[in-house]
Amino acid sequence: MTGLSRRTALAVGAGGAALALIGNIHSAVAAPKDAEADIAKFTGGKTAEKGKITIDLPEIAENGNTVPLTVSVDSPMTAESHVTDILVVADGNPRPGVATFHFTPLSGSAEATTRIRLATTQNIVVVAKTSDGKLYTGQKLVKVTIGGCGG
Amino acid sequence: MAEKPRIKLPKTAKKGEVVQIKTLLSHTMESGQRKDASGNIIPRKIINKFACTFNDKPVFSADIEPAVAANPYMQFAARVEESGTFKFSWTDDDGTVTTAVEKITVS
Repeated sequence: MTGLSRRTALAVGAGGAALALIGNIHSAVAAPKDAEADIAKFTGGKTAEKGKITIDLPEIAENGNTVPLTVSVDSPMTAESHVTDILVVADGNPRPGVATFHFTPLSGSAEATTRIRLATTQNIVVVAKTSDGKLYTGQKLVKVTIGGCGG
Repeated sequence: MAEKPRIKLPKTAKKGEVVQIKTLLSHTMESGQRKDASGNIIPRKIINKFACTFNDKPVFSADIEPAVAANPYMQFAARVEESGTFKFSWTDDDGTVTTAVEKITVS
């Protein structure tokens, strides 16, 4: 065995390029409008301030079937001032909603980790709501090599 | 199904400490987007709600969409002021609720 021959290498490369192309078409079809609608429903139409949010996500996700995601919000988490809800939206998925986390002062810290599915390269948008009615938002781009929504 | 969920949290903690809780339930999380060999859409069947309470007071919960990966994993924190019991529940699309209980001693 001489490992990967030049011919196989080329074939693999072409396959990869084709996949990337499919990915692009897919993202053109999925409408970020749906994501905006989800966010508007969550915020009640108010605009969210940028900042306070940390999104921990790999820059390149090789397998879109399971991508680790951690969201955290800078908050004292006391009875007077705490984060109540965090909305996570993936604007390039066939359906943008990912999850909504609900916190109480008993949570101690406004942080949650889960594993998500991503169909294609896209932005993850996070919106947080606090007990005193403030809204914060943040987003992060994630590149996906192989999509994870079947079909 | 009906497999025991896996939960990891410390057995003991100091008063006021924020402890990390990790949970995992084995579940296919069928998204409702996939098609079978004959082209029919496989119906959606996911865990749509996860909740955790401590001494029956809510600590953390999540509304889950099909975009959460198979075998839903949730990691979150809880501030413990007294000894007590964490209760966890996972609600399936078909109405089945899987529950688990873990105790913690606070000194």
